[in-house]
Amino acid sequence: MNSFFQLIARHRVLASTLFLSVFPFIMPYEALAINILIFGLFAMGFNLLFGYMGLLSFGHAAFLGIGSYLTGISIVHYGLPWGTSILIGVIGAAIGGLLMGFLAIRTRGIYFSMVTLALGQIVFYIFYKAESLTGGENGLRGVRVDTFNIFGIPVDFLNPLVKYYIILTFVVLAIWLISRILNSPLGAVMEAIRENEKRAAACGFDVAKTKLLVFVLSAAICGLAGSLRALHLSIVPIDSLHYLQSGQAVMMSILGGMGTFFGPFIGAAVMLYLEDVVTTFTKHWMAVLGLVFMFFVLFFPKGIWGTILSKLQINQDSK
Amino acid sequence: MTGLTFELLCMQLLTGIALGSIYALLALGLCLIFGMLNVVNFAHGAFFMVGAFLGVYFLGITGNFWFSLILTPLLTGCLGLVTEKFLVRPLYGRGLDYPLLLTFGLSYVLIEVMRITFGIEGLPSITPDGLSGTVNVGIGYFPKYRLFLIGATAVIIIGVWLFIQKTRYGLIIKAGAADQEIVKVLGVDIAKVWLLVFGLGCAIAGLSGILASPTRSVNPEMGIPILAESFVVTVVGGMGSTVGAVVAGLLVGVVYSMTSLFFPDLSELSIFVLMAVVLLMRPQGLFGKAGAMG
Amino acid sequence: MKQKVMNQTRRKLIIGGAAAASTPLWLNVANAQAETIKIGFPTPLTGPFSAEAQDQVKAAELAIKEFNDAGGFNGRKAELLVRDDKLNPGEAATRTLELIEKDKVNFVVGSLSAATQLSINAVCKERKVLFNSISQSDAINEAKDWSVYTFHESLNPTMTAGAVARYSIPRYGKKIVFLTADYAYGHEMVRAFERAGKELGATTLADIRHPLGASDYSAFLPRIKALNPDILVLCNFGRDLVNAAKQCTDFGLKSSMKIVTPVLLYTSRLAGGPEAFEGILGGTGYYWGLEDRIPTAKTFNDAFRKMYNGSVPSDYGALGYAGIKSVLASIKIAKSTDTMKVVAAMENLKYDWYKGPEYYRKCDHQAVQTVIIVESKSKNMKDKYDVFNILTIEPTTEKNMRTCAELGHKA
Repeated sequence: MNSFFQLIARHRVLASTLFLSVFPFIMPYEALAINILIFGLFAMGFNLLFGYMGLLSFGHAAFLGIGSYLTGISIVHYGLPWGTSILIGVIGAAIGGLLMGFLAIRTRGIYFSMVTLALGQIVFYIFYKAESLTGGENGLRGVRVDTFNIFGIPVDFLNPLVKYYIILTFVVLAIWLISRILNSPLGAVMEAIRENEKRAAACGFDVAKTKLLVFVLSAAICGLAGSLRALHLSIVPIDSLHYLQSGQAVMMSILGGMGTFFGPFIGAAVMLYLEDVVTTFTKHWMAVLGLVFMFFVLFFPKGIWGTILSKLQINQDSK
Repeated sequence: MTGLTFELLCMQLLTGIALGSIYALLALGLCLIFGMLNVVNFAHGAFFMVGAFLGVYFLGITGNFWFSLILTPLLTGCLGLVTEKFLVRPLYGRGLDYPLLLTFGLSYVLIEVMRITFGIEGLPSITPDGLSGTVNVGIGYFPKYRLFLIGATAVIIIGVWLFIQKTRYGLIIKAGAADQEIVKVLGVDIAKVWLLVFGLGCAIAGLSGILASPTRSVNPEMGIPILAESFVVTVVGGMGSTVGAVVAGLLVGVVYSMTSLFFPDLSELSIFVLMAVVLLMRPQGLFGKAGAMG
Repeated sequence: MKQKVMNQTRRKLIIGGAAAASTPLWLNVANAQAETIKIGFPTPLTGPFSAEAQDQVKAAELAIKEFNDAGGFNGRKAELLVRDDKLNPGEAATRTLELIEKDKVNFVVGSLSAATQLSINAVCKERKVLFNSISQSDAINEAKDWSVYTFHESLNPTMTAGAVARYSIPRYGKKIVFLTADYAYGHEMVRAFERAGKELGATTLADIRHPLGASDYSAFLPRIKALNPDILVLCNFGRDLVNAAKQCTDFGLKSSMKIVTPVLLYTSRLAGGPEAFEGILGGTGYYWGLEDRIPTAKTFNDAFRKMYNGSVPSDYGALGYAGIKSVLASIKIAKSTDTMKVVAAMENLKYDWYKGPEYYRKCDHQAVQTVIIVESKSKNMKDKYDVFNILTIEPTTEKNMRTCAELGHKA
């Protein structure tokens, strides 16, 4: 059993891909599975900064939102093809990450969380006020992806399963990218900074630049999640940008296990699935969510996946 | 702008101070908890909301505002004590983030509990009889209750300040905030001090809630924007500074009020811009210690 | 190391590519002729409008019950699938996807907020499912959002704000100040009020925008007082309205100006209490007090009272009722649950479910209906439900609505 898990650890991207390929068949409906893909990616992008670098940002919803809105606006107002629109969304989010990161990394600890919250809210208001482009409170509607052709085979985006696999393609690419980053020297520097920032600086690493770089990468990935979300829902809701949405990313990472590779994804899956199921039983899903979250913070700070991993005594460093 | 008179500006300023008084009180509570325990209470807005509900509820059944005013913070304070002892304390030493995250989850639960107890609609808030209506303050008619608000928060803030500066308990709290180890060595049960300070912070939050309740609608979601606003105030003032909390609270209230006069649709944005500006120019806040937290 | 990585990459691309390119199991998305007629009903069961939402559900269930008790359609019964959209457009879209893809509903009725109805509409129209919206908004009638599958049961701000303007300006004066919630719906209310006001010679002294969900309006009130208008129009909704009404009362504004609001919800009035709303008048689509003059209102109220322990339906409840009844009636007329046939039947439907005769305008499927002007009362209340005096009923006419051309519809 141990060696099986070691196998997974070494080929984590492949394992993730295989699991996600069959995922829609175990979920009650595809739209939920797609939501999990999207928010799983969102949480993983967020986790780059939080779990691996120890920076708790409460403004990451801004990147989810920028990705969603820019992609949506490209399609709705400018009629651009969806591929280009996704690219615009990601680049836009990365630029947003550059700006926000530049301002935020000057602060540390709790101030960092608060600055990111404030900056995130500013982004929220900007998009809110730009009503003619974004639809303001009503959100942006009409993000449609018409049937297109791959090698002459027509692909109907409205078919839920087809939609899932297309989005999965992007998510897999992003996951692979994250894995590469974490396995690279950059990944090692990230964890070094998390463990002891002063020491990392003393060893000669440019801490500020690393933080900014990771901030931008994290933003870009969250932006991709946002772009995919716009295509999935055909709309962009304004509350994508609110700090409560950022809080969701935090919850998912904690629930799944921050600082683990696949943990945030598991956290997103559990949280969204629970929310879906709990909503049918009781109106008080917020209390259930809060209680579950508190329970994990108190007793399983490593999160679901983190606890499983440590129980199997797999070397955390290889994650 | 049509109708811009000196009187209007003064009225707007006064309104801002009334608004800021609530912010100052809230920030004071947050600040105490942070200064002493290094814990950011993400449930502060929720305690504010609980205080508002309890206040309106007791006012409704007893008809006595002063009684509610004393009972409510006691109850929210007790709730704070329980929270600290069973939920927050196990997390000390695990890093700054954990208590923050826990209190974030707690806020979800508190909101839902209030929904279950009092219904999703919220309660119609009541202005106590003696304090309703307007009074001529020379430049115009201003609601009596808001004058009371300014006065009451001033009294409470001075009271808390005296408590911290002039009593033995206050001395212990200050010492504990400065250096926990030494205080422990000197034989003080630091755990009890943490407990009381957290309780005090939550009591203040609840008190802000009941004081604010006649000015706004009392519903389970009322604490959510309040939380963000309290953070803005705390950051502008400086995370550990009580003076900073009060000054920043009034400043934020006035900024919001004056922006509402000239650019009403930007009023909510203005306080976040203020926060960003302060953070960029003076990251420790107006009264915070340099390098304390970034 | 590099080789290993490249192998992994290649493996990734192959597997990922295969998964995407292979034509997966083709799900039959076409609406199967299942036994029951399923109507999806997304509504904000949790959140600030859950009281109104629950009323919608109750009244909708009443409509379903009446249909089933009368034998249904060819022996087929109707079923209501209620889902909580949490007043959140993203959640509303997901729920609608669930209803259409998983539950295979035949039709969708529902929504409460302006934003959620637009997102539900976006999902429904792409998948060619009929959606009868019971939420107020001007936007859904515009060509940009509209589709042949979109129906709008509820009033829109043009109708309500216009009616309130036409009632109050001749009686109270021509100098207007707006206190507006800064979002699309608030702006729609202002635009509609001004449009009606212009014909009556009114002037706007100021349009003061406040952030949506603002809890403290004190910052705006001294300026309003200084402007000294004849009429103060509160262009906000639900909780915002309750807050604003309260604080305007606190600041003593009522002594020098008349306060009106385009949409005065029954539930808001109950939440705010008699004092806060004293003297405030507004528009609404339905008030149970209509039963004294409209027979179908009485029938509806009585049926509701019977099913729900003597309580009366609210304005949103009535919409839930009508929204479902229109769809079910159209099924019977079309003798089919095929979407396009039902759409055609509904377009030609003439009905009177609860407030008098109504029909859907052809170009934008807007239900053409009366607007009731009510004023809150605090004295002589017969019971806890008796909160409004009905001042007037503005008759059904397309004249007070935006024209089809204006909304961008061709022909």
